[in-house]
Amino acid sequence: MTAYLIRRLLYTVPIVFGVLLLTFVLFTLVGGDISIEIAGKGATQETIDEIREEYGLNKPLFLSWDSQFVNHFRNALTFNFGRARDREPVIDKIKRGVGPSLALTMPMFFGIVIISISLSLVIAFVRGSVWDISTVIICVAGMSIPYLSFILFGQYFLAYKWGLFPVFFSPELRMAQYVALPVLIGIAAGLGGNLRFFRTVMLDEMRNDYVRTAFAKGLTARRVLFKHVLKNAMIPIITRVVLAIPFLFLGSLLLERFFGIPGLGYLMVEAINSRDYFVISAMTYISAILFVVFNLITDICYSLVDPRISLE
Amino acid sequence: MLCLGVIALYFLLAGFIYLAEFFDWRIGPTLWAEQAGQSYAPPSSENIFGTDIFGQSVLRKTLYGTKISITVALCASLISIVIGVPLGAVAGYFRGFVDEIIVWIYSTLSSVPYILLILAFAVVLRDKTFFGYKLTGITAVYLAIGLTSWVGICRLIRGEVIKHKDREYVLAAISYGCTRRRIIFRHLLPNVFHLVIIDFSLRFVAFIHAEVILSFLGLGEAERPSWGAMINDARIELSRGVWWQMAAATVAIFFLSLALNIFGDALRDSLDPKLRIQ
Repeated sequence: MTAYLIRRLLYTVPIVFGVLLLTFVLFTLVGGDISIEIAGKGATQETIDEIREEYGLNKPLFLSWDSQFVNHFRNALTFNFGRARDREPVIDKIKRGVGPSLALTMPMFFGIVIISISLSLVIAFVRGSVWDISTVIICVAGMSIPYLSFILFGQYFLAYKWGLFPVFFSPELRMAQYVALPVLIGIAAGLGGNLRFFRTVMLDEMRNDYVRTAFAKGLTARRVLFKHVLKNAMIPIITRVVLAIPFLFLGSLLLERFFGIPGLGYLMVEAINSRDYFVISAMTYISAILFVVFNLITDICYSLVDPRISLE
Repeated sequence: MLCLGVIALYFLLAGFIYLAEFFDWRIGPTLWAEQAGQSYAPPSSENIFGTDIFGQSVLRKTLYGTKISITVALCASLISIVIGVPLGAVAGYFRGFVDEIIVWIYSTLSSVPYILLILAFAVVLRDKTFFGYKLTGITAVYLAIGLTSWVGICRLIRGEVIKHKDREYVLAAISYGCTRRRIIFRHLLPNVFHLVIIDFSLRFVAFIHAEVILSFLGLGEAERPSWGAMINDARIELSRGVWWQMAAATVAIFFLSLALNIFGDALRDSLDPKLRIQ
């Protein structure tokens, strides 16, 4: 177990290196010198030089201990991402955004997972019936509606027209109030694809012999579904669920933009509009690190639910 | 069949708009910039989907948006196939060091969340000049989508080539003395290529939705109408009760995605029964 863990951890090193290389190539080599943009129109050469100095853009790209390439690595590994356009350290901005983002994405995520898994079990049980077919049709239709339309129409009808929820975020609202509608919309939009996926997983399980045996023994449907089928369908479920967790930290770009929730998605949209490479690069790096970590957790979870998979 | 018809209709429309622009025909979609009525005229017999703030016909803008969406999705698919398929085949066939490098590249790319990766590429590539060619509007969009989306197909092809590598027909080709390039491109790839078609009939939908999101965030086509830009306009209009621009774009995207989704599933069921979704 320990040996496996160490080997698995070592395997993440090239990936982290790759992500750092990717952000460096994208934002420093391709992105180019942005000091003129930061300085704004009509800035003197001195101001531009000062900005270059501060961001280290006047240093050589490679081949020196003080080159931009080495500094990029050093900064990322110590989580020092410099300052954003408004002079606030990037890492502070990110820390501030995590809370609201998680408040939005966590209930959304668990809502989707719980609803779609339990519904898929029921549907797998009544497969081939009118209920099954109509659910599949609704799922495919739901998958075809663009996400933006879900958000806009949801916001328009539920919040603006009928006044059931607040339209925008404002600081005096309680969290449950401003998060409720985005969560609801997120669940509605995400349910189609997930339900369809889990239904396939469950149907594959239902065809196995042990299910027939369990029914033949006279076990109740509930027991067969939740005790036997669910347990065996755990592997694909874990892959999908655990690997989705890092995305929760990112928040929901579009939902946060529409409802003005000051989370990480909102930060990202702002950074795109002002072409703030430091923020985008930091977000890319952090989310990749989270993904790598959760990938590791998935592998460990596999061995916990399925004793046949050994960590060798 | 109906789905195929709908997809063909969209493609024909996009092709037709290209032709019309090329020959400068004065038909509806190419005249989208013209005033068709008052500002924010509601849907009527004259303008089926009403007009926007400048009095331009929403129907014409929607039809024109088809061209943008189809172009982006098609170019993005082509780019990712051109990158992903050969890389996957080479990695699967040669294994060893080459394989490790390619797997490293795609594991790196796939450890960054997809939408964030596309956004990062789109932000950086936008308005950059490469070899004297400026990447404006949709060029940056399809480059960003294409350069980030080859990972899935590369992984799929690699796995499939590894499976096929030891089959008799490959051994026979080796015994004839075929070159390795010929084995990969003339023997192996045609045998796994149906996977590419299946994958892309489903991925096309994702590309179209990605284009909408990028245009919506202001990273897409700026001068000509696209579905994402229409939805972005609608964000402000909805509070004034102007719903038709939003509805037109949604309906256009919905039917295209629905047709592609159903068609992709049907294609998968008939070409590759192993992957069947009941």
